[in-house]
Amino acid sequence: MRRSAFRRSRGDGPFRFASTGAGIVLLAIMAAIGVFLVVKAVPALQANTSHFLTELTWQPNATEPVFGIGALAFGTVLSSLLALVIATPVAVGVALFISHYAPRRLASVLGYVVDLLAAVPSVVYGLWGVAFLVPFMLGPSKFLNEYLGWIPLFGGDTVVGKSMLTASLVLAIMILPIIAAISREVFLQAPKSQEEAALALGATRWEMIRMAVLPFGRPGVISAAMLGLGRAMGETIAVALIFPATFKISFQILGPYGNSIAANIANGFGEATEVGRGALIASGLVLFLITLLVNMAARFVIARRKEYARAAA
Amino acid sequence: MTTQTRTQTRTGIRTTTGIQPVSAARRAKDRLVQALVYLAFALAVIPLLSVLWLVVKNGIGRFDLEFLTHSMRNIGARDAGGGAYHAIIGTLEQVLLASLIAVPIGLLTAIYLVEYGEGGRLSRIISFFVDVMTGVPSVVSGLFILAFWILVLGMPFSGFAGALALSILMMPVVVRSAEEMLRLVPRELREASYALGVPKWRTIVKVVLPTAFTGIVTGVMLAVARVAGETAPLLLTVFITDSINNNPFDGPQMGLPLYVFDQAGRPTDTAINRAWTGALTLILIVMLLNLVARLITWWRSPARRR
Repeated sequence: MRRSAFRRSRGDGPFRFASTGAGIVLLAIMAAIGVFLVVKAVPALQANTSHFLTELTWQPNATEPVFGIGALAFGTVLSSLLALVIATPVAVGVALFISHYAPRRLASVLGYVVDLLAAVPSVVYGLWGVAFLVPFMLGPSKFLNEYLGWIPLFGGDTVVGKSMLTASLVLAIMILPIIAAISREVFLQAPKSQEEAALALGATRWEMIRMAVLPFGRPGVISAAMLGLGRAMGETIAVALIFPATFKISFQILGPYGNSIAANIANGFGEATEVGRGALIASGLVLFLITLLVNMAARFVIARRKEYARAAA
Repeated sequence: MTTQTRTQTRTGIRTTTGIQPVSAARRAKDRLVQALVYLAFALAVIPLLSVLWLVVKNGIGRFDLEFLTHSMRNIGARDAGGGAYHAIIGTLEQVLLASLIAVPIGLLTAIYLVEYGEGGRLSRIISFFVDVMTGVPSVVSGLFILAFWILVLGMPFSGFAGALALSILMMPVVVRSAEEMLRLVPRELREASYALGVPKWRTIVKVVLPTAFTGIVTGVMLAVARVAGETAPLLLTVFITDSINNNPFDGPQMGLPLYVFDQAGRPTDTAINRAWTGALTLILIVMLLNLVARLITWWRSPARRR
């Protein structure tokens, strides 16, 4: 065999070994993340005097530690879902704009502009959120509360700028470029022949997109949205600055409530005792598992269609 | 609505002998969608412009020599002055160390996937977990280094611990971009080299890597730009200090993102202004890295060489 001739050459063995080793190191890191989070979480969980999965409060630094993931997990899921609901339609619009509407020469430049949104560090979004968006959102929030207050989501007596809605809006801005970039790649791969056939039959541009582009791109957009969801759940610093850091389950997204697992880690780490650090690590483990599941599901959807593989890389 | 449009299209085709103009309703709908698509793009760009505008407007005031050359030692939240020198030094050291760890591992993994993996089971598993690793939240990588390096091994908070956490975030990005570049290297180049009797590893080092070099550099720079703005992992591993610490291997350091977070959390105008200037410095660094990466791609793109 030709291949075995290569293997016999001096130097090829070590090189092959090193590159295989690097790949295995990567796998080992992923495994180690799980293992060491568990190792440091267990002692804290044993010291916990309440039930970790259902307890709402977070007082792991007390002499009798009481803490649970309940309110934090709720906030993480609610804020990420809200962000997803806000970001996905806009991102699909942006992707269509760049793939099918913008003038050809401008398309790549405009695509780069949207990518720049992803290049802005999350702490900068946090600063922008606290200094600009929080006061800015007070007006629109009051408006929503007054006229749409009959919807439970917008109800409540106190309306503030530092709310779940504002945090979700910042998250939406942060995940928009990811969803838009993947959707754009997928839309660009829609079969040209079908698009041209639709146009040749007299379809308008929108009819062509609805018949030839959107059905082809749907799985890609779904997995893009799921990747965005995973990103939103793990986002830390921006929301740590914006969330009012309460430990309460409330659907009133305009009220002074809201927190997330990641934000709580960033805010609580400074004064955490040993049990406190373990408790934060335990909450991080939950976050790790949730994002792992969401990401694997997204990858699974992509992997089923091979032509998408490059778009998601 | 859907069925209605469809029947219209159908009857339109059936009744025409020549070419019939598009009906007003269909054209209106087409225009409406076009307007919505343009609106979506505008909605996406507005926050970007707002962020950049406010960062420049509020940050430029303190963007002076003192900011770039002084630390925050003995400067309270209310005091004017102070700077981010310690944070800039910290960020540069942490990102450099992270790259030194992540680039060799990432590049070798990419080489394995493209040259040695041969689509086997191990390569498919590694490839899948590289994808999954891309989705690891940055705060989790920080927690992992906190648990492993600081709590279990008993190492101190340090710039190096932060670099370890950042390298975990960098690796999958480096692997993916390098893999893509290696796959672009034409098969014929490799075969020509084999035909001359050059062993496989020499072919990779002398033929494949140089051909893909600029692409790999671009990918690395984008990865660096991504982690340079990360805050959460640093908070848990580097901690925070107001003083200059040039040694990344011992004791808490600062980083520019941490600096912004720290100052933004203090309730005075002077601190908030410092945060804006820190954000401006950070954005300038990240955008510069992005721009250089794009320029390299553009410089070596096939379209330009023609």
